[in-house]
Amino acid sequence: MNDMLLSIIGGAEEEAFSFSRLGEQFLKLFSKYHSLGDVFDAIGGYLGKSFAQKALIVGVLIALCAAMLGVSLVLKRFSFIGDGLSHVAFGAMAVASVLGLTQQKMVLILPVTVFTAVLLLKTGKNRKVRGDASLAMLSVGALGVGYILMNVFSTGNVSSDVCTSLFGSTAILSISDFELYLCIGMTILVLAVYILFYHKIFAVTFDPDFASATGTKSEFYNLVTAVVTAIVIVLAMNLVGSLLISALVVFPVLSAMRLCRSFKGVVICSAAVSVGSTAFGIFSAMLISTPVGSTIVVAQIFVFLVFTLIGIFTKKG
Amino acid sequence: MEQLICKNLTLGYDGRAVSKNVSFTVNRGDYLCIVGENGAGKSTLVKALLGLNPPLSGTIEYRVSEKKRAIGYLPQHSDVQRDFPATVREIVLSGNVGKMGLRPFYTRQEKEDARFQMERLGILELQDRCYRDLSGGQKQRVLLARALCATKEMLLLDEPVAGLDPLVTNAMYELISRLNREGVTIIMVSHDIAAAVRYATHILHLGAEPVFFGEKRDYIGTEIGKTFADAAGGDRA
Repeated sequence: MNDMLLSIIGGAEEEAFSFSRLGEQFLKLFSKYHSLGDVFDAIGGYLGKSFAQKALIVGVLIALCAAMLGVSLVLKRFSFIGDGLSHVAFGAMAVASVLGLTQQKMVLILPVTVFTAVLLLKTGKNRKVRGDASLAMLSVGALGVGYILMNVFSTGNVSSDVCTSLFGSTAILSISDFELYLCIGMTILVLAVYILFYHKIFAVTFDPDFASATGTKSEFYNLVTAVVTAIVIVLAMNLVGSLLISALVVFPVLSAMRLCRSFKGVVICSAAVSVGSTAFGIFSAMLISTPVGSTIVVAQIFVFLVFTLIGIFTKKG
Repeated sequence: MEQLICKNLTLGYDGRAVSKNVSFTVNRGDYLCIVGENGAGKSTLVKALLGLNPPLSGTIEYRVSEKKRAIGYLPQHSDVQRDFPATVREIVLSGNVGKMGLRPFYTRQEKEDARFQMERLGILELQDRCYRDLSGGQKQRVLLARALCATKEMLLLDEPVAGLDPLVTNAMYELISRLNREGVTIIMVSHDIAAAVRYATHILHLGAEPVFFGEKRDYIGTEIGKTFADAAGGDRA
């Protein structure tokens, strides 16, 4: 009995020990900054540089688009579409590498992903395999095929290539002008579609049968959502990588849903959460070299927990 | 004046017929109740009337002033709506979306109409509340107001009282009745034959051979009508 107690206490001590080591490790990350002023100086220094500006612009724009589309995807029970599509994009990217399309990878990746999105979001009646199952099949299939192709045909460092495309890369910190303009253009497109079709997107998301019955072309708006989703996901792959993309689509929306009671509120709030955590992730990558994608996800988990708590307390109060 | 004419419909899905030779007409101001056992084709008929699933054969013709298919629709509860974050006003306004074409925003007239419909159904003070926090009866009123934004002429109600408690059920029936007296044509799908017999002017009974369609008093006279009305407790005025 006593032995058992001792071992439990011992275990607890060990745990406390490892926690303090964790803290030490964490502080070590900041060791090159002697005061808060230094941190702000460093941020200021980065903001003056064009690579940092580009990273911030691209990151914020992608986050904005992903969160706004996420609202309708989450409410339609398509939370995992981001994950599935990004795996398909990963497969397409592998094929593009094998074919030697290094500069124009987008030419292959974008159409393949858009096509898949249309197939997945199509509310067809005669499909043999239903929603979640077909999504799982496609995403795992594309991942497997992509990895094999990269292994067999690639000449470079396979594991680092794969790692960057799965978890995002510091490539966000070395964005070319072309990618910057592509990103700005796509964001304008997404925003325009969203604003022009806002009420239709609401109606089709809330109740597609009613919308169709009263004369809205639900199929058309589903198609538009599918295409735009695919575009945003391909762009977002550069930022957070294939495996973490669902976080950008899902977390901000779920956080916003803890607090907001209106659809408009959820859209605006999730956009803000998404932009905030992405900016945080990019700054953290610049200052203490954490991986961008994972830092964004961790920031979003934190926001979600805080919002959930606030939601619980305001409901009772 | 005829608003809806259905001729020789064969209802079914995947090419399998459930109900054959369904013919009926709905005139302005009618209150038609569609009854029948589970699997008799009620939901299939609803989908056909809404244009979501065409009937296997036969014709459906609308003769309403506004548009080809100007029919407001009150759906059965679906999963999607249960935790949907939207205010009552947002949902009621969305009834207008079908009329908007490519116009991105609501007109002032549409906003005023939404306000009027909310007042008409007694939910104006709920307009900023979140839909998911409402009671079952309140939710149905919100969806009814949305349907009235889509059209003023004809409402198709799919099991409007399913899942409501008896008191709220009665209030809902009275509300539908009032809308009918105010000039809205009502088509209601229900398995509650007692209520159908009490409120409706016409009955369509699917699943029987032959399919019954006619006025209420004729329905009560038929064998099948008698059986059902008696089984429902003989509750008729």
